[in-house]
Amino acid sequence: MKKSIKYKDIFSSYLFVLPAIILFLVFSLYPIFKVVELSFFEWDGISKFTKFVGFKNFIDVLFSNKIWWKSVLNAFYITLIALTIQNGVALFLAFCCDKDIRGAKAYRVIFYLPPVLSGIVVGLIWNWIYDGSYGFLNHMLTVLGLGQYSRAWLADPKTALMAVALIHIWKGFGWGFIILLAGLQGISRDYYESAKIDGASSFQIFKNITIPLMIPIFFLVSILTILGTMQIYDLIISTTQGGPGYHTEVPITRILTTMTGTSRFGYACAMSLVFGAILLILSIFQLKVSKKIER
Amino acid sequence: MKKNFFNIFVLFCFLCICFGCNENKTNTNKIVIWHWMTDRDDAFIELANKYKNLTGVDVSFELYAPSEAYSSKVKAAAQTNTLPDVFSILGAKRDLASFINAGHVANLTSYMEENNNEWKDQFIPTSIEINEFKEGNPFDVEPGIYGVSIDFSSIQFLYNKTMFRNAGLDPENPPRTWNEFIDANKKLRAKGYQGIVGGFGEIWFLDCLTTIYAYNILGEEKFISTVKGETPYTDPDWVKVLSLFEELSKNNCFATGTISMINKTSEQTFANEKAAINYNGSWAVNVYSGMNPTLEYGVMAPPVYNSKRPMYVWGGNGSSFMVNEKSKHKEEVIKFLKWFTAVEQQNFLTDVTKNIPSNKNSLEYVDGVLKDFAKTSDNFITSWKYNIFEYPSVLEVLDKGIQSIIIGEKTPISVLQEVEQVKQKEMENF
Repeated sequence: MKKSIKYKDIFSSYLFVLPAIILFLVFSLYPIFKVVELSFFEWDGISKFTKFVGFKNFIDVLFSNKIWWKSVLNAFYITLIALTIQNGVALFLAFCCDKDIRGAKAYRVIFYLPPVLSGIVVGLIWNWIYDGSYGFLNHMLTVLGLGQYSRAWLADPKTALMAVALIHIWKGFGWGFIILLAGLQGISRDYYESAKIDGASSFQIFKNITIPLMIPIFFLVSILTILGTMQIYDLIISTTQGGPGYHTEVPITRILTTMTGTSRFGYACAMSLVFGAILLILSIFQLKVSKKIER
Repeated sequence: MKKNFFNIFVLFCFLCICFGCNENKTNTNKIVIWHWMTDRDDAFIELANKYKNLTGVDVSFELYAPSEAYSSKVKAAAQTNTLPDVFSILGAKRDLASFINAGHVANLTSYMEENNNEWKDQFIPTSIEINEFKEGNPFDVEPGIYGVSIDFSSIQFLYNKTMFRNAGLDPENPPRTWNEFIDANKKLRAKGYQGIVGGFGEIWFLDCLTTIYAYNILGEEKFISTVKGETPYTDPDWVKVLSLFEELSKNNCFATGTISMINKTSEQTFANEKAAINYNGSWAVNVYSGMNPTLEYGVMAPPVYNSKRPMYVWGGNGSSFMVNEKSKHKEEVIKFLKWFTAVEQQNFLTDVTKNIPSNKNSLEYVDGVLKDFAKTSDNFITSWKYNIFEYPSVLEVLDKGIQSIIIGEKTPISVLQEVEQVKQKEMENF
């Protein structure tokens, strides 16, 4: 009797999780398996026939495709800018808002607005700001007497990538801001008060209390920044389309171009897996470093 | 009791998941057409209603936009055998070939040719050629006509007549030769106007421009031999083709930032009279009537560089409908498409959507700027028209290289050397 109840319980428990398992298998595991499988084939995305090519796609992506690696480097460049400037700005603003300044709640809303806007819309707005002839930025430079620095910011190979990176920072700092602010507000005020009573300066408090307690949050923000920025796509499409030349190409635009532009699905899948591996290695490395520092 | 209720509930959810995604039972008498043309959807629906009143046959136009989403949907439907009765294919002709080879597109030749080519003869020849595969095509497609063209587009230079007049140019006689074109641009610059604007960030625009001048400078035979891999891209004539972009750039003919512009931005620039010349398609007529109805502009065919060879115009590849080979309503679909492409319906579409009709008898109905676009229809060229196709990777390196030439980063010969390298690699691979 007891045994049958036990089996019944186990059965109903599995029945409860079954829908979730089915969804996971169908929408997560199967696509991953399919991507891995396709990466060993040449396939145009429509035809019933595929041609097995072994590791050829991977070898080509890893050792012969210079444009691919340039796009990866471009993504790293934007990520580096995002990690430093974007998160620096986010931390500074979070720190200010944590100090109960006037209108802190309004600032929180304002800073969080850019991340919720569509990347395409943001790109189109910044197209106008960066426009070489009638853009707001060039207009401001001329008004300030710096007209000699005017240029087509998105069409100049010297500035295009940085220009896109700055849009990304503007659009993305709100995420970091909210997480960092939540982290700052999670630190007990007792620590600060005790430190003040002991005569610690603001800088000492920041260095010896805020920073150490915020380390897990910093790592969370940096992981999210790296993963989010490396996968930048919509801003590129709505501003430069990867141009001029290949100056603003990023991995996702390359994967998409290969998949839809040249109908090489297998090759695009190999690119995706290589890119996924890069992101995985970066994340593992970060986690290890964070654990070491926490210890 | 409570536990039993939960178990039944979980089982119910499970069954819903398992069977909820079953194929929809569709109205068996309904013709379903998928398309991506947001600007034409209302007109299509109006025609469908009219057809239902006439024949009792229900036609449902289903719009899926934007075009990228539509393209993905059609490919996914092809893989799962759930394509509708009629659909459009976006992309290159090789994509159409893949759909045909996978058994998704019906060969319409017999319908086109019945009653002494009655249906076929009503189309302008280019509209047929773009959907036709000839004997010996590189995709091994069985020769035949695989689509019904509903309109076609042409890409030419549009120019602002007011700006031309102000710069001392005759707006009724735009430049016809390359040198006149350069001079006109210089005059526009001298007046403080920007010259050519185009969506050159979308590199296929550069591809169109390059191809027409390659045909003009190299001639058809040499162009085809380059695509076949018999003439290298480093040939002096190809250097001449790419040098045209260098010349335009050195003479300050391009509007600032045009090489990374999406076409929508270039259209806004031209519509707001911030640039005097726009390289754009015939669809722009509809766009500009919305953006700036008072814009005074004309159309000029690409200026001739080499007067000894014909100067083609990029065009012919508009919108086409393909019939699903596995459609249960093939005969009804054909009847509908014949009605849909007849003069009356084509005139209606031209009126409402301002696109050039594919029915040659409707061309007389076209007026204004659209008529100028259609004027050169005998001289159209498009990659869909011919049975030769360059590798997409080669075209990408060529077009991206042209962007680099325009910004002064590379020279024509260095770009062509890179293009040739990619070409050789692709030829080895395939």
